[in-house]
Amino acid sequence: MNGFQAPKIEYFTVSPILIVLGVAVLGVLIEAFVPRARRYVVQVVLAMAGLIAAIVTSVMVFSRLNPGSDSPKGGSIVAEGALAVDGPALFCWLLLLVLALLAVMLFAERRLEGGVTSFAGQAAALPGTEAERQASTQGLEHTEVFPLMMFAVSGMLMFPAANDMLTMFVALEVLSLPLYLLCGLARRRRLLSQEAAMKYFLLGAFSSGFFVYGIALVYGYAGSMGFAQIAEAVSGQTGSDGLLLGGIALMAVGLLFKIGAVPFHSWTPDVYQGAPTAVTAFMAASTKVAAFGALLRLFYVAFGANRNEWLPMMWIVAILTMVVGSVLALTQTDVKRLLAYSSIAHAGFILTGFLGIRSLAEVPGGSLTGVSGVLFYLTTYALTTMAAFALVTVVRDSAGETTALARWQGLGKESPLVAGTFAFLLLAMAGIPLTSGFTGKWAVFAAAQSAGAWPVVIVAVLASAVAAYFYVKVIVLMFFSEPVGEGPSVTSPSILTGSVIVIGTAATLVLGVVPGALIDLLGRVGVFIR
Amino acid sequence: MNVPWLTLLLLLPIIGSLVLTIMPARPGSALPKQIAIAFSVLTLALGVALAVGYDAGGGYQFTENTTWIKLFGAHYSLGVDGMGLTLVLLTVILTPVVMVASWNDGDTGRWGAKGFFAWILALEGLSVGVFAATDVFLFYVFFEATLIPVYFLVAGYGGPNRVRAAVKFLLFSLAGGLVMLASVIGLYVESAKTSGGPTYLISELADLDFGTSVGRWMFVGFFIAFAIKAPMFPVHTWLPDTTESATPGTSVLLVSVLDKIGTFGMIRFCLELFPEASRWATPAIVVLAIISILYGAIMAIGSNNIPRLIAYTSVSHFGFIVLGIFVMNSQGLSGANLYMFNHGLSTAALFLITGFMISRRGSALISDYGGVEKVAPVLAGLFLVAGLSSLSLPGLAPFVSELLVIVGAFVYTPWAAAFAVPATVLAAIYILWMYQRTMTGPVREGVIGMRDLNVREVSALAPLLLLIIVLGFFPKPLLDVINPSVEHTMSEVGLSDPQPNVTEAEVAK
Repeated sequence: MNGFQAPKIEYFTVSPILIVLGVAVLGVLIEAFVPRARRYVVQVVLAMAGLIAAIVTSVMVFSRLNPGSDSPKGGSIVAEGALAVDGPALFCWLLLLVLALLAVMLFAERRLEGGVTSFAGQAAALPGTEAERQASTQGLEHTEVFPLMMFAVSGMLMFPAANDMLTMFVALEVLSLPLYLLCGLARRRRLLSQEAAMKYFLLGAFSSGFFVYGIALVYGYAGSMGFAQIAEAVSGQTGSDGLLLGGIALMAVGLLFKIGAVPFHSWTPDVYQGAPTAVTAFMAASTKVAAFGALLRLFYVAFGANRNEWLPMMWIVAILTMVVGSVLALTQTDVKRLLAYSSIAHAGFILTGFLGIRSLAEVPGGSLTGVSGVLFYLTTYALTTMAAFALVTVVRDSAGETTALARWQGLGKESPLVAGTFAFLLLAMAGIPLTSGFTGKWAVFAAAQSAGAWPVVIVAVLASAVAAYFYVKVIVLMFFSEPVGEGPSVTSPSILTGSVIVIGTAATLVLGVVPGALIDLLGRVGVFIR
Repeated sequence: MNVPWLTLLLLLPIIGSLVLTIMPARPGSALPKQIAIAFSVLTLALGVALAVGYDAGGGYQFTENTTWIKLFGAHYSLGVDGMGLTLVLLTVILTPVVMVASWNDGDTGRWGAKGFFAWILALEGLSVGVFAATDVFLFYVFFEATLIPVYFLVAGYGGPNRVRAAVKFLLFSLAGGLVMLASVIGLYVESAKTSGGPTYLISELADLDFGTSVGRWMFVGFFIAFAIKAPMFPVHTWLPDTTESATPGTSVLLVSVLDKIGTFGMIRFCLELFPEASRWATPAIVVLAIISILYGAIMAIGSNNIPRLIAYTSVSHFGFIVLGIFVMNSQGLSGANLYMFNHGLSTAALFLITGFMISRRGSALISDYGGVEKVAPVLAGLFLVAGLSSLSLPGLAPFVSELLVIVGAFVYTPWAAAFAVPATVLAAIYILWMYQRTMTGPVREGVIGMRDLNVREVSALAPLLLLIIVLGFFPKPLLDVINPSVEHTMSEVGLSDPQPNVTEAEVAK
């Protein structure tokens, strides 16, 4: 058999990724060819249309698995073994695309800044210079944020579906690079924003280095990039354990960095605070989903047979993440930093669910697994946190968003609606019943406890109690403290940000009261293929 | 037709609460209060109708059962037995009483009277849910959800330290609840191992055998949460702080209704789900209960602040209830069940009367009063009746229950009874001494010209005092309802009363 064999690509199955990538490329062309005045509208419409098209095709691909039946199909390995499009991957796709759609709405918000987006008018202009002043008086805005975001989304879609280590690495880079840029594009407090971007970039590049080194070691052990082959090598115990364990540890560093788990969390507060809030919302929600999807696949599929070796490490990381995240959040005085530390704590809770790995033989059919617990938690947390950051953008004074908690005092008097909604979202994050935060917590804790990780669950409930304290503290501040000086003011946002808040809050309520349908679905489709 | 009565009973106040929330705020308008009281009276009527229709020997009644979250094994499952029914009744009786008594208390608070009454109605609905839930998951959801209305009631309406107190209350309760969550999840894990799949229905869980160590761990998780809720020594410290800062109405709902969830949960969950672990833990818990009884009484004697004093008397009374539960015989359990209801009445009366007095004088300190009986004889008289019921004077309702508990303790071991009995003397000291210092003696400066109770205040208290007196002489209707459920609990735990070992024939010899 000679000659060139064209790779076989299942175009329809991977169409969501292709659509998003295509829209991103098209967005770059628009920047070049469409007049400046019309770029905003064209970019926003294109991005939204692309995402909706991707959602539609994802749903079509998903429905081929027959998820409604009691024994849905597993899915398929496509693109010459590079991508595994199975239940968890497709669920992550749908979730990511919905989150991206919400994020586009936040990105496109113009009313809050008085007619321009919240991104820097001209990122190349140095802060405090004449050029910057000019850019701002001319009302320039960077519509490149939309294609950048679409590139990030395409990377995120690939990340949890990657079925070999190289694809996973490429996806990691594709999702990270645009995010580094986006972080540095804040219109106000630009130095803080650029510092955040720099930090995120340097640390991110460093962690990618770890990840690649890990890939090299694992490749040396298994002799293949594919997860299926690695899994075979691991269960066959061929080769040297040192290579494998070293590789697992280094790859874990790369992924845990993206998740924001302790001890690789130190970037989170600075970046969350410095980045434009819309980007923070996008990052906090989507990156977590993508990275946890990838983490689950890598460890469950490739290294699953070896779990007794790496589970102790993950136990420690999960415990550290929850404890450090909740304890450090206690002393925060800035609402974005507070949410950042809370996201670290939540990463710990999700990791708790990740510990619920059991072999399929141990799990009775249709019951809760680590995968379904984690995916459910990701859904609830991502939507809640999206709405919470969206709310942060509407509390402002003349200098832009007021993120200092001291300035949030008495918000309940100024705007009972905003304060009430934010309080509800905080209660959800604290895990009060009848909110999605509770059902999510229940799902991950139950998954972990089923797999015998009860010591971690006990730490988790104690950490939740600590976390409840700082959430309640913010509620007290909003409702029962007298405003300082002028007090906070709430700018009413356009329908874009408004609908993100409404959707996120509604999802928080609905998934808290009637989570049955979603959790049953996840119980059926939460099975990896290899 | 199968009418979901209990769902109606719990939805009615919640709907009322929503109506109040969405109606436009008009300062000074009495309409929200009237709507609120209408909803609570409707709820009361429905509750009484259910009680009349309840068949005393029939086990769980008015049951509803729908699968809620299949994968979790959670059901929306309601039903009341004798214990549940009495506590539901207590809730629906006390809510309108509190509303009448607190008619003006909400006006100056954070969200005005409208918010105050809306939170009270929400609390009523959720409390009914707690007592009627027959699914552990559903119970947990209601259990935690009740914290939110109480938090806002305390933090929005009350004394200068109210925000601190509310946070302390919330954190204690949340911590307990989260510990319980670990046990609740444990129940899922254990039941998922069985062939029937995961379930949270109490009726199905009671048939499972968890194994000794697992059962004991889960028992501890539940017990810690309920001990904080009840509250027992040494996790009682939130209660005096909270009642000191809350309005009297909030304190009534908190102590008389919500704290009962703790003791209710001990019977429903600790005893019925983990009988082996309960027997294992009994000695330690009996000791803790006795410490609570004596410690609460002594602290009450030492208190100069009236709401704090009443809170400490409750710590003592809850000690009695827990003692009655864990001596594990029918006298103790009947007494505990009855005590839950009676303590609700007598403490409510005490909080409300002293609340009226405090709002007149503007001080909660005993040392600021003196000679009230000369200027406000009706207030003083009713105060005395409520106080005497709290110290379990024969002829008033709590006496019957306290006697039953002590008898139960004696059957368990005479030592327990010997340590519990002195508390009755201490109770006489803290009540009568408080009466003496506030009501008798020369009229103090700030007390001169104090108005006596008005018609609204007397009519709020009348039903409570009436019930206290009637049930003191004739507790039979209540015991008829309670006893079958006690027998059920006894059989779940696998206990029978010790038989007398001296027969009639031997005596005749």
